[in-house]
Amino acid sequence: MVESIAEQMAEKRKAISVSEFFERNKQILGFDSPTKALLTCVKEAVDNSLDACEEARILPSIGVQIEQLDKDGGVYKVIVDDNGPGIVKKQIGSVFAKLLYGSRFHAIRQSRGQQGIGISSCVLYAQITTGRPTKVITKVAEKDTAVVMELMIDTRKNEPSVVKEDVLLWDRPSGTRVELQVKGRYVKAKASVYEYLKQCALVNPHARFTMVEPDGTRTVFERADETLPQVTREVKPHPYGTELGTILRMSKETKSYKITAFLQEAFSRVSARVAQDICEAAGLDPQMRVKDITVEVAQKLIEAFAKVKIMAPETDCLSPIGPVLIRKGLKNVLGAVRPEIYLPPLTRDPRVFGGNPFVVEIGMVYGGDLPKDQPIAILRFANRVPLLYEPGSCAMTKAIENVDWRRYGLEQRGGQGTPVGPLVIMVHIGSTKVPFTSEAKVAVAAVPEIQEEVELALKACARRLKSHLNKKAQREQSREKFTIVSEVLPQIAKMSAQVLEKPVPDISRSLTKIMNVIWIDDRVEWRVPPKPEPPKGKKKAETPVPAPVAATQTTLAGVPPGTPGWHQVAVDVFNYTARTRKMRLHLEVPPEAKIQFGEAEPESIENGRLTWALTIESVKKAEISLTLRGINREDYGENEVFVSEIDPGIVVGAEPLPGDWGVDKLIEESEGGPAREEEDAGGEDEVDVDEVTTVEEDE
Amino acid sequence: MASKAKPKAEGKKARLAPEELYTIAESVYNQLKGGDIPKVDMPLRTKANMEFSKKSGVWQLGKMKGVRSAKKLLGARMLLRTIHLIEFIDEMSRGAKTSTLREMYYISEGWDKGKFDNQGESDLLVEDLEAITHRLREDFRLRPEEAGASVIGNLQIEETNRRGERKRIHCADDVGDSGYNIPSNVEKEKLKIVKWDADFVMAIESGGMFDRLAENGFDEEYRCILVHLKGQPARSTRRLIKRLNEEAKLPVVTFCDCDPWSFRIYGSVAYGAIKTAYISDYLATPSAECLGVIPSDIVRYDLPTDNLNEEDVKALNAMKTDPRFDTVFWRTEIDTMLSLGKKAEQQSLAKYGLEFVSNTYLPQKLTEMGIARR
Repeated sequence: MVESIAEQMAEKRKAISVSEFFERNKQILGFDSPTKALLTCVKEAVDNSLDACEEARILPSIGVQIEQLDKDGGVYKVIVDDNGPGIVKKQIGSVFAKLLYGSRFHAIRQSRGQQGIGISSCVLYAQITTGRPTKVITKVAEKDTAVVMELMIDTRKNEPSVVKEDVLLWDRPSGTRVELQVKGRYVKAKASVYEYLKQCALVNPHARFTMVEPDGTRTVFERADETLPQVTREVKPHPYGTELGTILRMSKETKSYKITAFLQEAFSRVSARVAQDICEAAGLDPQMRVKDITVEVAQKLIEAFAKVKIMAPETDCLSPIGPVLIRKGLKNVLGAVRPEIYLPPLTRDPRVFGGNPFVVEIGMVYGGDLPKDQPIAILRFANRVPLLYEPGSCAMTKAIENVDWRRYGLEQRGGQGTPVGPLVIMVHIGSTKVPFTSEAKVAVAAVPEIQEEVELALKACARRLKSHLNKKAQREQSREKFTIVSEVLPQIAKMSAQVLEKPVPDISRSLTKIMNVIWIDDRVEWRVPPKPEPPKGKKKAETPVPAPVAATQTTLAGVPPGTPGWHQVAVDVFNYTARTRKMRLHLEVPPEAKIQFGEAEPESIENGRLTWALTIESVKKAEISLTLRGINREDYGENEVFVSEIDPGIVVGAEPLPGDWGVDKLIEESEGGPAREEEDAGGEDEVDVDEVTTVEEDE
Repeated sequence: MASKAKPKAEGKKARLAPEELYTIAESVYNQLKGGDIPKVDMPLRTKANMEFSKKSGVWQLGKMKGVRSAKKLLGARMLLRTIHLIEFIDEMSRGAKTSTLREMYYISEGWDKGKFDNQGESDLLVEDLEAITHRLREDFRLRPEEAGASVIGNLQIEETNRRGERKRIHCADDVGDSGYNIPSNVEKEKLKIVKWDADFVMAIESGGMFDRLAENGFDEEYRCILVHLKGQPARSTRRLIKRLNEEAKLPVVTFCDCDPWSFRIYGSVAYGAIKTAYISDYLATPSAECLGVIPSDIVRYDLPTDNLNEEDVKALNAMKTDPRFDTVFWRTEIDTMLSLGKKAEQQSLAKYGLEFVSNTYLPQKLTEMGIARR
């Protein structure tokens, strides 16, 4: 978009100075307020560092320091340094002091820099507001010394102007350090440098960030993982959704002669065969020459694209964060705040919008120390860059507002708008071309394909929350009943028998009428092999030592990392109803786990999805146990147990099988609690004495 | 009622507690045996189920029934307690023992899941049993702590004491200054009204006034039997007053402070309390009249007063919707009190000297009410 403005600029005869352009478009570029300006400088520098490190396959360590230069707090020095590959001396000027330069704009692959206007604009801003040059220190691995340069931009020529140059012995093998002096404002609020870095840390768990604030406070966001993000490849645009103007431009730039060759060369996923099909569908001669492509021809091509079957775009141009790292990142950033549960994060399959593939990822954290009566916290990311401004116009926020969160246990007026509750939602959209609402690139445009995909992802993730909350609630309700049947009822039977001098009656049928549920109790424990016994001394033990049992450790304390262990999973299914019940039980485990079964073998195992067929008589139980090996301890916390072929209303402790298991018999999710069955009739219109009686005031 | 044991069948224990209790136990037992969720039906003792019988002039329980079911944890625990209680009463019957409500509460500590959380709960359960079985707790061998009233007057009673001996006591000649203390059980087997020479019964709220009248010899001069209610009267007190009214045919008047709580005392003597509505016919004396102190007395005798506070006003307004006080007399008096904004103690009559109450106030009022012969 900025390019087209530049093109427009070029068309006008009147030469407009760059600084004038800058002044007029401060808002687009991110400098419209002193606070935002400071943030933009940090953002550009940090984004560059992250991109450079990832490309060079170095685990990033980035330091940000903000120094207050004047007493009244209007002028700051922004220092960002990294351990990246450094910049070759020849390039320094172009990178830092030439507007709109950079490889990022033309390559189609997911990158942060695509979203930035470039560090040069920050240099320009510095120069305009404080008149000071920007200092750059950079060293590449091949050289022995670092280069130090102080630069400004010659605004008439849009060329770097080097004020000072030097060499420096630097203590690191490679890296870059930028020092800008700008007018700005430092705040520690929602949309601020600190918050930005914190969210960067969340979404880049492989990076280490250090922040030093103007008052000297130093915060370190440690690396949560050593996995570098996948290398993204450049790809060609996909036919779907490519715009008319783009096709025309591409046809002018291509080296191909014939239209079929052009289609194959310029687009991804177009083979010779597909190119033929496109021409046929468009009613065009495959031998047609590229230079004869007119607006009408381009239009026909667009229509043909929609008709022809073309493979979905490749996705290795995308670098999703992935569920494991999302979870680590969230944990890292929440720090001391302990939630009740980290819901399993979700990375969806890629989709396409406008010829560009995109992938949606969701992470959710619920309950515990999170504040219950405040609006939920929403963290938005596009291409691993935190979006802090304009949440209202962002597709991610809109998708969240469109979901009826009341179904998932949160408060939400009218089922629309931001819900209230102890929840943090993190949404990440990765794409080769993220559509933003404006040039400022602070919010994602609410394009239907994207918003819909985000909504679907949210719902899939929230379903897990719902089943977790349901389980909790059901267990609470049923705990009461459990007490009745296991403790109170037997006593009643015994005492009444005693008073009447009759034999104690068998209460199992009464019991099933009270409970009237299929009660599923599932447990998962982490086990480690028992420690070898220390050699016994000559002293006799005073009490006999019990035989060594497999140690069960449920706390992390004292367990060195990397201790071999396994997950012990047990599921007990009690039939507390009056009749024999047939049903299927399903358990979802990580597909890569090595599973060893106990006595009850499942009917089917498919990609981590296990199914048992059960028949349980009244007042009896079925026991299922298994061990999982080869998974890290923290990667498997709660069992995902589902049931099918049974009324979910009478099941406590498991949700009905969700639709995406591809099982034929699906039962709709039930909204209410355990249903009443025929045997329990008559309970509705009776008045419970203990619920209505109040003590009168008379005596 | 508690007669000597007659062995029923070989090896089986005798059933000496009221039969209705065993019926409850049987019902629960049979329900369990039949595989049902045990439950017990009982009348609802709530305000909504109160009916005022204009015929007998007492509050009674209506027809609404509730149920205690083992479906819910609280219901199940209550059922357990009920069975425990029945078992305890059964045991007491065979040992010819009685127990106070408080002792029973402590005994329940040994009932594990059936333990009561506080005595209020155990008292309520006993009342539930009374309501279900139409029996008094005395039939269950349970008695309350509270002392009954004191009585001074020309009345002779015969009390069967704890050793089974019969003692004749005259409530003026045989007693000290504090009078005869009514026992907690004033049923016919325990207490007999032998003879009397009096024209009416006066139930008095405060101890100070009771002593005043006794000292002034009011009971002799005006041929009345003085009963000290000691605040909100205990069951035994109300029962005795009713028996005096019925058996000795003596009219009853109440003489209390002038404030809403004291009006309630009159209400419980005359109409019955909501809490014990199922036995109002045992305890209430519908013909009892309120002598004073009433709000118009404050005006008439210019008595020293206190201001009504917020709670008093609330209580008065509540009384306006209480059918027990829905008479011309009470409506007028309540309105008077609200507009006065004042209340007064009965002892404030001492403003005019210690003799005033017995020489002037009471004679005047009693004559107006047509009770005294003068």
